Amino acid sequence: MDAIDNKWIGSRTIRPDGADKVTGRAGYSADNAMPGMIWARILRSPHPHANIRSINTAKAAALPGVKAVITAADLVEFPLDKPVMLGIQDMRWMSRNILAREKVLFHGHPVAAVAAISEEIADAACRLIEVEYEVLPHAIEIEDAIAPGAPILHDFIRHEGASSNIASTMVNKLGDIEAGFAAADIIIERSFTTRPVHQGYLEPQACTVSCTADGKVTIWSSSQGQFMVRAMTSLLTGIPQSSIRAIPAEIGGGFGAKTIVYLEPIAVVLSRKTGRPVKMVMNRDEVFRATGPTSGSMSTVKIGAKKDGTIVAAQGTFYIQAGCLPGGPVRGPVGCSFAPYEIANVLSVGYDVVSNRSKVAAYRAPGAPLGAYAAESVIDELAEALKIDPLELRLKNTARKGTKAAYGATFGDVTFKETIEAIKHHPHYSAPLDHAPAEGVRRGRGVASGFWYNAGGESSAQLNITEDGNVTVTTGHPDVGGSRASIANVAAELLGIDHSRVSVLIGDTASIGFSNLTGGSRVTFASAIVVTQSAEKVITQLRERAAKIWKIDPEAVAWANGEAFPAGANAGQFPPLSLKELAAKANEMGGPIGAGTQLTTTGADPGFATHVVDVEVDIELGIVRVLRYTAAQDVGRALHPSYVEGQIQGGVVQGIGWALSEEYLYDKQGRLDNASFLDYRMPVCSDVPMIEPVVLELPNPKHPQGVRGAGEAPLVPPLAAISNAIYDALGKRFYSLPMSPPKVLAVLEG
Amino acid sequence: MTDIRFLTPHTLDEAIGAFAAAQGSARILAGGTDLLVQMRNGVVRPGAIIDIKGIAELTGITEAADGGFFVGAAVSGAALAEHRHFGKAWPGVLEAINLIGSTQVQGRASAGGNLCNGSPAGDSVPAMVAAGAIVIIQGPNGRRQLPVEAFPAGPGRTNLTPGEIVVGFTLPPRPAGSGDAYLRMIPRTEMDIAVVGVGVSLTLANGVVTAARVGLGAVAPTVLLVADAGAALIGSTLDAASVEAAAAACRAACKPIDDKRGTIVYRTKVAGVLLRRTVAIAAERAGGK
Ligand SMILES: Cc1cc2nc3c(=O)[nH]c(=O)nc-3n(C[C@H](O)[C@H](O)[C@H](O)COP(=O)(O)OP(=O)(O)OC[C@H]3O[C@@H](n4cnc5c(N)ncnc54)[C@H](O)[C@@H]3O)c2cc1C
Repeated sequence: MDAIDNKWIGSRTIRPDGADKVTGRAGYSADNAMPGMIWARILRSPHPHANIRSINTAKAAALPGVKAVITAADLVEFPLDKPVMLGIQDMRWMSRNILAREKVLFHGHPVAAVAAISEEIADAACRLIEVEYEVLPHAIEIEDAIAPGAPILHDFIRHEGASSNIASTMVNKLGDIEAGFAAADIIIERSFTTRPVHQGYLEPQACTVSCTADGKVTIWSSSQGQFMVRAMTSLLTGIPQSSIRAIPAEIGGGFGAKTIVYLEPIAVVLSRKTGRPVKMVMNRDEVFRATGPTSGSMSTVKIGAKKDGTIVAAQGTFYIQAGCLPGGPVRGPVGCSFAPYEIANVLSVGYDVVSNRSKVAAYRAPGAPLGAYAAESVIDELAEALKIDPLELRLKNTARKGTKAAYGATFGDVTFKETIEAIKHHPHYSAPLDHAPAEGVRRGRGVASGFWYNAGGESSAQLNITEDGNVTVTTGHPDVGGSRASIANVAAELLGIDHSRVSVLIGDTASIGFSNLTGGSRVTFASAIVVTQSAEKVITQLRERAAKIWKIDPEAVAWANGEAFPAGANAGQFPPLSLKELAAKANEMGGPIGAGTQLTTTGADPGFATHVVDVEVDIELGIVRVLRYTAAQDVGRALHPSYVEGQIQGGVVQGIGWALSEEYLYDKQGRLDNASFLDYRMPVCSDVPMIEPVVLELPNPKHPQGVRGAGEAPLVPPLAAISNAIYDALGKRFYSLPMSPPKVLAVLEG
Repeated sequence: MTDIRFLTPHTLDEAIGAFAAAQGSARILAGGTDLLVQMRNGVVRPGAIIDIKGIAELTGITEAADGGFFVGAAVSGAALAEHRHFGKAWPGVLEAINLIGSTQVQGRASAGGNLCNGSPAGDSVPAMVAAGAIVIIQGPNGRRQLPVEAFPAGPGRTNLTPGEIVVGFTLPPRPAGSGDAYLRMIPRTEMDIAVVGVGVSLTLANGVVTAARVGLGAVAPTVLLVADAGAALIGSTLDAASVEAAAAACRAACKPIDDKRGTIVYRTKVAGVLLRRTVAIAAERAGGK
């Protein structure tokens, strides 16, 4: 399908959720209320690590206004020795994460929950719960958790035959790494650290749950997957999925974090016990303290190359924080760090390290940014050492059709090269830059690239023609990044009708077929496929209806511009029948018109991005500001360009925060010390320049509209790009994030 | 669960009467941009709230015949910015107050609240100290006054005695050739808390400094008047050596803590850097170099 022919695909139609969001009408999780509703609050651990000896809830239960008190004993127990997987999540860990069982594993770990007639009474009751702890020594940072003699979090974890906090190891291998390095003319090896960072969504986790006398459960909550909410709640409470209906609320940001549950199973058990609807809303402190950020990391990357710049070997060792239970995003750095390049010999090893902090959750391109930070920084040093332009060095080694990646894929038509060339030829890359524009001020420019897998997976859609001849499309994916707007464009295009006649809705678990998470840069890719197939089925029905009316062969009916018309030998024989006319005749001609598609979609192609950034450093204060940022990415096809640009700009802003100012800080007692947006420093608007997205549209041949996926790749390059730019400005390399003012000053003076 | 009484007195006497009668369970509300946040966090749980914004004296700005100013304790940053003369006389004080929060916060936040909140990082306080502002206080035992630098007693604590309310600030008349400025170091560009804040007020005659005061914030338990820094500048032509001596005095005055917001080493170094930069702006405003 060529962009030129499109009326709606690729146009900036008005977003369907816009008016509600700017007028405050949008119904987020915490906005729901029900008659007879009560409130639940959670008692959280005051220790980062302790065995639970006993929990006495008698006093709390006796407080007037309290309706129920529960502990982990009220949830389904998942024995430690038997994995129960839902996607990538193991219910052994998920259940222990939402309510501690044998021990508490971080400061803020839920221990019990109380439902009462008000939040205040529930809080007061929590304070009456008596928990006897056996306090244990704790380890927060990776180096402490893997040091000899470190406090062991889980007796069941064994690494190399001994008790350990390394929960698992992942290895990607290609060729012969030793032979590769032996053949290299130059080898650069560096070690890096990054800090855990928050996804930065503003909407806190919240839910309202109603369990009625007949055992039926309804859940209102925002998430990145209502089917995930249903499945996890079912597993953790033992209630069959058919008895649970999860209704997705409008979501106020997720970025990966809302691909797991914290509250819903607890609220369900409390509602079942009390017979009352139960509402829970986390406060910001709880969100920071007890939900998952993404991992901090310690990594070492070693790259060997020939004098001409050919990379012959690359080795990466990545220690990734899992938080208190196994399951860090090891696959991100292990698989993505070297994937943009054709390298014959690769050894990439990742370790999943548990420690006494909240269990990590997904964050756009989970783990890939911290791997790319290390790899792309070393490539920058390599380019400098070889006196080759850093983009030329990347071009020389770029993955191409047929390149085998260490993670297993053999690439098809990859478009990494095009993103590098887009930056190379962009005016930004050749714009003059004064490295010392004023006393005490230095400027520099840096580049970096990034890779993300992208994904297909299960999606469902239903496209119905309303009785008045308009269109509703229902999909099963919460819209975090503009999928409703994109899908409306696709449906209007395929049906040939005005965009305003299409409404796109997100179905609950009872009204649409199973659809996997909104995540992995998959939703626009996957839902466009199922919507396209549904639209094609509907068009077939419409042609059949017209054929029946005209008494000609359906093959002789064509569909265009929202009308059926006789074609071929019958061309011009009858006046066209519009969608409205066919809808009006639906009942007499065979019934309601509509079609659905439920599919495991395939054909997702990886995403590549290359970024260039200019920074300015105040060398007396150590403050780094981003002056200019240009981000090139191949998205296949931008169904709705504003949203694609927003994805790229948003990813870059998150990368700027990760690189310069964001980090979780713990005190000596193992408590999070900056659990607020004041001291957890995400960039504000005035901290970032207008980010220029360069959207490349090289259609994915395996997708009906050519979509590749756009949401995650933009967060992969910024960390290294900014670090490389700071080097260009100061002549000093940084090996740890964030590059915050005190750290910058220390490096400048040291 | 807890009932809170909300009082809106229209006279200072009424307010003081109610405040004293509450015996410590009441809180004064000016803009509420600190108080409401602290109540939400459960840090304070007042039994009564006394809103002072209905009291004319506390929300007024008056300019005396000699050019001195009185600024009511509850005047918002936005209201002060709209005053026709204040920002011309005291651009540094105004920029410090206007740095607080965002546009929304500016519609509420007051210099009185900033001072009474007792944070060593309050942005308006170093500028007020540099300006030589005097705090007017009234309580059950009548009216008294204190230099701004003598008002804070420690983080979150002030030298107000029970039942006392801040009425406002007086700022002295400005001689010709005067200028002031305030700069803070924050990692972000907005919506952040000062890691270091420096206020400077200067008077120059024929290129020579005849008066200088320096206020330093966020580097000690309270905002400081750095007398040695002022002394190093007075009599100088703001030559590099004198300014460096003033910067050294600021560094020496620092008694910071190592915390999530900044290290001791960093804060100390930055105090000197900001002093130099703030002096340059104040001097330019004074019409000097
Ligand atoms: C989003 C946001 C951003 C902020 N940014 C900044 C910033 O950049 N810089 C900064 O310094 N601060 C900042 N603050 C803190 C706050 O806005 C300031 O301290 C502000 O000046 C407080 O003034 P207020 O009138 O709102 O005080 P209130 O909250 O009304 O009062 C503060 C305290 O002082 C007491 N009090 C108030 N007036 C009197 C009086 N006349 N007599 C006796 N006691 C009194 C109150 O009881 C209370 O304890 C920010 C706050 C928010 C919410």
